[in-house]
Amino acid sequence: MSLKIVVLAKQVPDTANVTQDAMKEDGTVNRAALPVIFNPEDLHALEMALRVKDKIKDSEVILLTMGPVRANEIIREALFRGADKGYLLTDRRFAGSDTLATSYALSMAIKKLWPVNLIFTGRQAIDGDTAQVGPQTAEKIGIPQITYAEELIDVDTSSITIKRRLDRGVEIIKSPLPCLITVNHSSPRCRFRNAKLVMKYKKATSMSELQERNEDYYDLFESKPYLKIDEWGVEDINADIKWLGLSGSPTKVKKIENVVFKAKENLVLADNDNDIDKLMKTLINSHIIG
Amino acid sequence: MNSIFVYCELTEEKNIADVSLELCSKGRKLANQLNVPLEAIVIGDVDENIARQVSPYGVDVIHLAKDNRLFPYQTLPHAAIVIDLIKNEQPQIVIYGATPIGRDLAPRVASALRCGLTADCTELAIGSHIEPKSQKEYKNLLLQIRPAFGGNIIATIINPETRPQMATVREGVMKKEIISNSYNSKISKIDTEKILKPEHFILQTIERHVEPQKINIKNANIIVAGGYGMGSKENFQLLYELANILGAEVGASRAAVDAGFAEPERQIGQTGVTVRPKLYIACGISGAVQHRAGMAESSTIISINTDPKAPINEIADYVIIGDVNSVIPKMIKFYKQNVK
Repeated sequence: MSLKIVVLAKQVPDTANVTQDAMKEDGTVNRAALPVIFNPEDLHALEMALRVKDKIKDSEVILLTMGPVRANEIIREALFRGADKGYLLTDRRFAGSDTLATSYALSMAIKKLWPVNLIFTGRQAIDGDTAQVGPQTAEKIGIPQITYAEELIDVDTSSITIKRRLDRGVEIIKSPLPCLITVNHSSPRCRFRNAKLVMKYKKATSMSELQERNEDYYDLFESKPYLKIDEWGVEDINADIKWLGLSGSPTKVKKIENVVFKAKENLVLADNDNDIDKLMKTLINSHIIG
Repeated sequence: MNSIFVYCELTEEKNIADVSLELCSKGRKLANQLNVPLEAIVIGDVDENIARQVSPYGVDVIHLAKDNRLFPYQTLPHAAIVIDLIKNEQPQIVIYGATPIGRDLAPRVASALRCGLTADCTELAIGSHIEPKSQKEYKNLLLQIRPAFGGNIIATIINPETRPQMATVREGVMKKEIISNSYNSKISKIDTEKILKPEHFILQTIERHVEPQKINIKNANIIVAGGYGMGSKENFQLLYELANILGAEVGASRAAVDAGFAEPERQIGQTGVTVRPKLYIACGISGAVQHRAGMAESSTIISINTDPKAPINEIADYVIIGDVNSVIPKMIKFYKQNVK
């Protein structure tokens, strides 16, 4: 018996490297000025999924992402590293979804792929840092969750054992399948691209990409069906638009501000005996130290 | 009137966690503004005496679910109890610690109740909002303030239509304040047998090693913090020497923790602990926005840096331009010379 494994991943702006050019006057971020990357912890999730596949041969690893057509880039990246198939949830009616609406859409897509045995996703995405989509998706599907996963201890066709990283320790948990697991950055890094897989999947494409490029796709998908990245919209996953986008999102952004710190007038000292001696005397006399 | 609820988590030693007491203090202030009761949820195999640890912070009602199957924390049984309680009691606000427990539990609850949840808040307030399109006015909303986009901006999030309004709040950002040591909380016992079913216990905890908290930089009066500019774990030793002499704790920036110079418990900043000591000595810390957000409220700040343009210098009272390896030994020497 083999397992069907879904990896939920997101293409995100590289918020770790926000430059001044990317900050607008009003303090908001110009997303277009930032490069996009495969959300780092989702890559860790992909690795854990691939390790399950290493143990239970013939298992299938499916990458599922929601976003604009450009997000196909991370599906291809996952195929290059060992995933078997990718699905892109793309529809204007998904836009503006908060974590609750996003997890609704993802759960409907997973139900469409059902029966699924395991779902892996990163603990959180670096553009929002909420860590909510994983647990919310698990709740919507009605399956248990294991968060902060650090190591795959064991897996068989009916259960999985995971080591979790807590603030000051670890916990080893065994769950029956199906189960959703959110993977921590302390887990093993994702394996590199495999040259053969890059050759095999470099032309993996979705319909809208082909249409944009005005290419003849019929022959391609006919002869090599594995190159087709499926795109799903609202109807494909039988979703109710009431629970999607802005209307399905209970949280609203009221205001966005730049981070402002009160600048202080400071005394600049040099690294010499005189200055440091004076500073220590001042601190002692004002009872800050001593 | 609809109350404010605080989900209280337990430490390994089965006491109420510090972060939960901080949230009770914040919850009390919000409850006063709204003129509603503050209620706590305590779930675990603990008795009333432990639950009453929250009372001095101004908790009016403690909902206690005592059951030996409920410690240590597990998602499904805790979620079942919280969801049931919220459905029955209809609180307008529920807050959780932004800890591995709170961040595991709150989204599960939010999804089941289809309500809004904001993660990792650094401030909560009560305020009104006018919807720009409809001009509809909402009063007494919970304003959920959090860093966003990798900490480069601060966002205020609201849940105008759905209830309860839920948020997780970072440890250390709210101050623990005792209202009265004789504050009287009413205990309301939850009948766990009615709520819990075998399907809530399908996960097995096979092993668990959680260390008691040894490092607590949050309450330190003086912090000597090191950044990536310290260069190595060995160089951090110098910070421990200075800290030892001053009676301080050692903190670290995220870059220093990621580089393995210091333990994660010492991390100060948006992903880490928020501190506001009497004196903060930043050594080789450039001062990314995310770090400054966790220490900018320190009373006195000294920055030691070879770079005169390091962003941290803007918020420092004293800037020493120099190499920490040369400056700190001088600080130690002159401290010893001058102190009586």
